[in-house]
Amino acid sequence: MTLMAGKLIGAPGQRRRRALIGGVAVIALTLPFIASSYVLSVVTLALYLAYVGQAWNVMMGFAGQLSLGHSLYVGLGAYASAGLFFHYGIGPWAGVWLAVVLCAGAGAFIGFLAFRMRVSGVQLSLLTVAFAELARIGFDHIERLGGPGGLFLRVADRSRIDLLGFRGPPAMYYYAILALVAGALGLCSFLLHRRAGYYWRAIREDEVAAASLGIDVFRWKMRAVVLSSAMTAVAGVFFAFYYNSLFPEQIFSFGRSIEIVLGPVIGGVGTLVGPIVGAGAVVLLGDGTTEILNRLGFDVPGAKQVVHGLLLLLVTIYMPNGLWPPLARALGFGPRKV
Amino acid sequence: MALLEIEDVSKSFRGLRAVARATFAVERHTVGALIGPNGAGKTTLFNLIAGVHRPDHGEIRFRGHAIGGLPPHRVCAAGVARTFQLVKPFAELSVLDNAVVGALHGERTVAGARARAGAVLERLGLASKASVIAAHLTLAERRRLEVARAVATRPSLLLLDEMMAGLRPTEIDELVAVLRSVQRDEGITILLTEHVMRAVMALADHIVVLHHGEVIARGAPAAIVRDPAVLDSYLGEDALEGPAS
Repeated sequence: MTLMAGKLIGAPGQRRRRALIGGVAVIALTLPFIASSYVLSVVTLALYLAYVGQAWNVMMGFAGQLSLGHSLYVGLGAYASAGLFFHYGIGPWAGVWLAVVLCAGAGAFIGFLAFRMRVSGVQLSLLTVAFAELARIGFDHIERLGGPGGLFLRVADRSRIDLLGFRGPPAMYYYAILALVAGALGLCSFLLHRRAGYYWRAIREDEVAAASLGIDVFRWKMRAVVLSSAMTAVAGVFFAFYYNSLFPEQIFSFGRSIEIVLGPVIGGVGTLVGPIVGAGAVVLLGDGTTEILNRLGFDVPGAKQVVHGLLLLLVTIYMPNGLWPPLARALGFGPRKV
Repeated sequence: MALLEIEDVSKSFRGLRAVARATFAVERHTVGALIGPNGAGKTTLFNLIAGVHRPDHGEIRFRGHAIGGLPPHRVCAAGVARTFQLVKPFAELSVLDNAVVGALHGERTVAGARARAGAVLERLGLASKASVIAAHLTLAERRRLEVARAVATRPSLLLLDEMMAGLRPTEIDELVAVLRSVQRDEGITILLTEHVMRAVMALADHIVVLHHGEVIARGAPAAIVRDPAVLDSYLGEDALEGPAS
């Protein structure tokens, strides 16, 4: 009897959930055909932030290790693949492997340093900032990669799709980043329900207790950092071939690292959908405000940052777990932080 | 051969001797109790066994193998699980997920671990709380969760650090009954530290008394509560009532 009742109550919720996921998928897949190029570029940016947010979330949201220097991995990935292409004509499909290996190596190095020396909390965050800053200043002195003047890739022929060279119209980049977001979501969802997810969350909650239950805390923290940095490397490759211009001053900047953090923090740290929802809110409200002000004839530099600040303030005060958990409840998804 | 052998173990912190030449053993399938006044070195001794600290001197053997100085996760892998005096639940995880983390040790799949975790929660009377977030539990429930998580790892030896502190008498009696049944059914050996003599007398087969880091008495509970040295240093006249907390 109770089982039947449960089924009867459960069914519409599940149907609604499926309808919602289906609706989002249909809109996402048809967007290039229905949206203007401006809207498409804004959504592409939001998806890019959703993807790096997801990658960052593996390290912080799952394993509880706060990185405030993830721009390091974006920059390294971008410069590695762009450098290969610029100097040797080696395309991004090969370059992405170098980027991933390089970033995973950098992540492993920083992780090893921090976790072996038992650096944690604020000190760990500062260490990640320090390495990003180191790269920012260091890349200014690598003349072969353009130094402070920047590295520019030949702008793509927007009318022709060259999948092998990853050059083409905006829609191609949109679908690429959409696939990355979907892939990252799938990967994180898979891991979260496996041993890794349980162990990472245990470490996030209490390292000492985790170790007492047989978890090799060092090893699992290393795995989180390496996976997170490797995932971020792919975003760097995307960034290089989508925007075609790289400047150490920008790509490695602390502001960029904060931008990466903003999405998951606003959407919900440690949740699967939070980074996507958060990135959407950040871009929509940030760029939306700028756009509206522009249309009204105001030129307000920094308006975006003010909106981001306000958004962060309001979410922190009124929704400390981020936008997604209450939204998920309202939509009939699982009520809890997984 | 005893399951756990502590042999001539010493540990100092900045010159302060926390444990001094302690020697005792815990036999398989028994409950040993480590008692003594605050600062006697009970928790330090636990931390030495569990791998939190490395002994300065002496040997800790578990099933005949030296485990002194191994890191905590290796000690757990050897078959020793523990609870903490200040409870450390995975606060944002559900009760079930807390137990699953423990059960994953020794289970190959998550499905297997969830089944094992469910069974352990049932045994500890936490089955009805399985989906509750650990942060929302009462202290008594959190203590049980610590035991559940530890038992889920399938240990041979379970270290219980002041399980009863801060619990009401009825909660203490309930927990004693639960621990008794877990010990019997899972075939676990227990070593506990405790100030609540009511619980010690109900559970222990064998008592070790620590004072200033030294073992001053060992023996059956009935003999220990009459030992003049123990009465003098720790228990006092109304031994069986014990300090309130």
